[in-house]
Amino acid sequence: MPEYKWPPMGKRKVMGQRINRLDGPVKSAGRAKYPSDLNPQGLLQTAMLTSPYAHAKIRSINLDAAKAIPGVSGINLFVQPGAEIQWAGAEIALVAANTEEIARDAVRAIKIDWEVLPHVVKDENLAKAGTRAKAAGEQVTGDPEKAFSEANVTLEGEYGIPVITHCCLEPHGNVISWKGDKIDYWPSTQAVSTVATQLATLINVPATNINVTCDYMGGGFGSKFPPDSWGAESAKLSKGSGGRPVKVFLDRATELTIAGVRPSHYAKIKIGAKSDGSITAWQSDSWSSGGFGGGGMSPIPYVFVNIPNRRNNHAAVSLNSGPQRAWRAPNHPQAAFLTCSALTDLAAKLNMDPLALLHKNAGLTLRADTYRNQLEKAAELIDWKNKYHAPGEGKGTLRRGVGIGVATWGGGGHASKCKVTIHPDGSVEVELGSQDLGTGNRTCISMVAAESLGLPMSAIKVKIGNNSYPASGPSGGSTTIGGVSTSTRKASLNALEKLFEKVAPALGVAADQLEAVDSRIQVKGNPNKAMSWKQAAQKMGPSPIEEMGENVPAQAAREGLNTLGAAGVQMAEVEVDTETGIVKMRKLVAVQDCGLVVNPKTAESQVFGACIMSICAALYEERVMDAVTGRVLNPDMEFYKLAGLPDIGEIVVHMDIQEVHDKRGVIGLGEPCAIGGIAAIANAVHNALGVRVPTVPVTSDRVLNALGNKRYA
Amino acid sequence: MQSFEYANPATLKEAFAALGATWEDSAVLAGGTDLLSIMKDYVQSPKRVVNIKGIKELGGISRKGGNIRVGATVTLDELTSNAAVRASFPGLVQAALGVSSPQLRNMGTVAGDLCQRPRCWYFRRGFGLLGKGPNGEALVPTGENKFHAIFSNGPAYFVSASTLGPALVALGASVTIASASGNRTVLVEKFFVAPTGDGQREIDLKPNEIVTEILIPAPATKNATYEVRQRELLDWPLSAASVALRMNGTTITSASIALGHVAPTIWRATQAEKMLVGKTITVATAEAAGEAAVANATPLSGNKYKVQLTKVAVKRALLAAAGIKA
Repeated sequence: MPEYKWPPMGKRKVMGQRINRLDGPVKSAGRAKYPSDLNPQGLLQTAMLTSPYAHAKIRSINLDAAKAIPGVSGINLFVQPGAEIQWAGAEIALVAANTEEIARDAVRAIKIDWEVLPHVVKDENLAKAGTRAKAAGEQVTGDPEKAFSEANVTLEGEYGIPVITHCCLEPHGNVISWKGDKIDYWPSTQAVSTVATQLATLINVPATNINVTCDYMGGGFGSKFPPDSWGAESAKLSKGSGGRPVKVFLDRATELTIAGVRPSHYAKIKIGAKSDGSITAWQSDSWSSGGFGGGGMSPIPYVFVNIPNRRNNHAAVSLNSGPQRAWRAPNHPQAAFLTCSALTDLAAKLNMDPLALLHKNAGLTLRADTYRNQLEKAAELIDWKNKYHAPGEGKGTLRRGVGIGVATWGGGGHASKCKVTIHPDGSVEVELGSQDLGTGNRTCISMVAAESLGLPMSAIKVKIGNNSYPASGPSGGSTTIGGVSTSTRKASLNALEKLFEKVAPALGVAADQLEAVDSRIQVKGNPNKAMSWKQAAQKMGPSPIEEMGENVPAQAAREGLNTLGAAGVQMAEVEVDTETGIVKMRKLVAVQDCGLVVNPKTAESQVFGACIMSICAALYEERVMDAVTGRVLNPDMEFYKLAGLPDIGEIVVHMDIQEVHDKRGVIGLGEPCAIGGIAAIANAVHNALGVRVPTVPVTSDRVLNALGNKRYA
Repeated sequence: MQSFEYANPATLKEAFAALGATWEDSAVLAGGTDLLSIMKDYVQSPKRVVNIKGIKELGGISRKGGNIRVGATVTLDELTSNAAVRASFPGLVQAALGVSSPQLRNMGTVAGDLCQRPRCWYFRRGFGLLGKGPNGEALVPTGENKFHAIFSNGPAYFVSASTLGPALVALGASVTIASASGNRTVLVEKFFVAPTGDGQREIDLKPNEIVTEILIPAPATKNATYEVRQRELLDWPLSAASVALRMNGTTITSASIALGHVAPTIWRATQAEKMLVGKTITVATAEAAGEAAVANATPLSGNKYKVQLTKVAVKRALLAAAGIKA
C-alpha cells in the first residue's frame, strides 16, 4: 500500500501554490453553463403559485380556467384542498407551459377558496410571541449564582440578529427531462451524489434511472441539498408531457421567501468577571426563530466555552414564515455576534481594551495558543495599537472605531470516493461525484492529483458534477476539501503504484523504489535512472489503469490527510457619521487557519466572499415581515440590501499558513471565515460611538435610536 | 406580465392617438427602468405600451427663452454630461448622479424620473398606493414604515421616488404636458400630488397626456443637493434636500429648499426658506434652517430617524451650495 501522507510542506510542487481557478476563464466569459442557463430543445417553462397568506386553509382549488389557456402543458398541485398552509410563499401549484408568460398567466387563473387563519410573523419581542415560544430547557454548569455574587463586575446586555435569507444569485431550481425510464436532471445543487436518491424517493423511481449533472452552480450556502418539492413536481410535469424537458427556477421573490433563511437570535446576556478581567460567570436568556419549526440555541458562550459557571435558557419561537435551512456555519455567526458583543461591552465596563480581555481569557477557549497568535496577527494587520481608543473617544462628527469577532468550526472531510484513470497514452482522468460551488474545488482536486502523480495540472482532466462518477459527499459543513483531497490523493497514489509495477522491470528496481517527479518515473532520488511519464504509460499495455481512493471519515484521524478544527479572528475598522448614523466600512481583517492549505489563492477568495457576506449582514441585510399581512415586504434586491463594491472597504485576508497547522492535514474553510465578521463590525461601531447598537444590521435608524440625544462634535 | 399591444409612434400626434382614456388602457414607455418591472409584478397591467423614445422632438437640451429646456426623453447620463446643465445646475447633476448605477443613468429619462411610481413596499406587493390591508385598514402607520413619509397625515404615506424632483423644485422648474387638446405648463412642485383616495395617481398627469419637456429658469443661483443613503451602491435616499439660493454678495435674498423621500410629494421647506432671507450661510444658520425644515414633521412609528436625516440633509445641502466645508 502506498504511503498516502502529504509531502512535507517545503517539498510540494503544486499544492500550496497560488493557482488561478481552472474555470475562471469560462465563467468570466459567460461560457460556463449553469443549470439555469440550459434551454434544451422542446423546453417547457414553469411558474409557481404560492400562498399569499401566512396561515390559511385551502377550501377548494379550481384549475379549469388555467388549464384552458392555450400553451399550458400541465398543472401539478403541491397540496390538496383541506391543506393548512403555515407561511406565505408556500408552494401551491406548478404550471408548465410553452412559455414563461403563459405559465404566469395560468398561475393567475387558478382559483383558490381560502380560509384565512391568524398568524404570527414577528420575533423581536419575546413577550409578544405568547404560546408560539417554547422553552427549550435550562442548561447549568457550575454555580452561576455564587459566581455572579462574587464577581467584581457584572455586564448585562441585550443583543439581536434578525433572520436573513440565503439570497442565492442563481435561484433554486433545475431542468429535468423524464422520458420512459430515463431521467436527465440538471439541478443547481450542493449534492451531486446524493440528490438523485432523494428525488427518486419523491417520484418513486429507482435512483439508477436518474442522471444528475451540475457542472457549475450559482451559490447555495447550505440551502441547496434537497431536490425540493419543485424538483419533484417538475419531473412529473415532464413525464406528463411525454418527456419534454421542464425548467423550474424560483423567481427572486419566491427565492427570498421560501428557499431558506438563517434563524434569528436574540439574547439577554449577563457576564460576571473579576477586576482583572477573568470571566467567571455567564448567563443567557435567548430566543430564536427560523420559521414554523422555531429555532435552536446557538452555541453560546461562543469560543470562550469554558467559562466555569454558566446558565443558558432558550426559547424556540414558531413563526408563520419561510423555513430555515443551513446557512454557512449554522448558528455560529449569531453565536459569535452575541458573545463577542457582550464581551466587548464587558471590556468597556472594566475599562479594558477588548483585545486585552480576549487575551486574558484565551484559556477559556479550546485552542488558546492559536487564538492568542491570531489575535496578535489580526491586531497587527488592523493596527489595533494605534486605532483602538476608549469607546466613544474622539473628535468630530465622523468617528472611527475598531472591533473584534472570533470563530471556530469543525470542517473534517466528508466521505468521498475518487477514481483515477491513467490511459496508455499517458493522459489522466480524475473522477468524483463532487461539485464546485464556486469555491475552487475543481482546481484543488487537479492540484492534489498533479502533486501526487508528479505531473503538471495541464496533464490532469478533472471530471466532477455528475452522479455517474464515484460518490462524493454533499458540500456542507466545510467538509468538501478534506474529503476530495484525501480520496484524490489516495486514488492517485494507488494508480501510480500500479504504474510503478508496470515500469519497474524496465528500470531494474522494485516498484517501491520508484517515484513520480516532474513528469518522469524515476528511481527514487536518481533522475538518471528514469523514463518520461509517456514512456512509462506505454509499458501499461492496452488497458488503462483505473484505481479508486476513498476518504472514510472514521479513518481520517489515523491517516492524517484531513482533520477538523479551524480557528479564526476578524477585526474591523468602521467610520460612523454620527449625524446620519450611516456606517461605512474602512477595513476588515480576517486571520484564518485551516490546516494544510491546498491553494492559498482560492482559499483567500473564499475568505473574501465570507467577509463581504459578513459586511452585508452587519450593515444592510435583513428580512422584513409585515405583522398584518404576514408577508415578506422585501423579497427583492432593492430593499433586501446587500453590499456593493463601493460599500466594502478594504479587506485583508491572512491565511494562517504555518508548519504547525499544515501538519494537521486539510481542513474545510467555507464556513469558519463567515462567522466573526458581523461581531467585529458591530463592535467597531461600539468603539466608534461609545454606545451599543444592540441589533444588527447597524442601519441609520438603529444608530440614531441608540444615540438618543447624544451629540458628537 | 399581462400581454400588451406595443405602439411605436414617430410623432406626438401618433402617440396621442395610441394613448387611452384610463391607466388600464395604456402606459407611456421611455427608459423602461420602472415600467417593465412594475408590469412584471402585475402592479400595473396596461393593455397598450406606447414607446415615446422614437419621437425626436422629445429629446435634446437647449436654451428656450430664459430657460434651459430639457427634453422628456433626455437620459440622466445625457443630463449629467451637458455643459450648460453642469455649469448652472450642480444641484441637479448631484441629484442625477445619486442614481449610482450607470445602467440606470444610461436608460432612465428625465421625465421618467418624475413619472416613476413610488417604491413603497406595500404598493409594490399589491396592497395599493395607499397601502390597505384585507379589511381596508391602513397598513403603513402601524406597519413597517421606516422608509415612509415624515410629512403626511395620510391617507398616503409613501414617499415620492423622484430623484430629480427636489432639485427641479428648488430651481423653480416646470414641466410641459401635452395632449391631443394642447399643451399646459405645470410647476414641478405642483406636478406631485398626494392622493386622497383609491385610484388616484401621485402626479398631475392624465392617461392621455405626455410630459414633453422640463423648463428650468436660468437665473443664477447657488444650488446643491445632498442625499443620505444607506449604501453607496445603488440605493434609494433615506432623505434628500435640494437648495437654490439667490445671493446679494454673501447675503441670501431668497432661498428655495425642497425635500425628497420624506413625503408623497416633493416637500417645500417654506419655514426654513423664510428664515434664511437676509442671512449669510454659516454652519449655525444652516443648522437652524435644518431645524426649521422639520419643525412640522409628523413621523410614523418607525421613521423618527428620518427627521434627523432631513435636518442634516438641509444643513449639508446649504453648506455645499455656499461652498462651505462642514
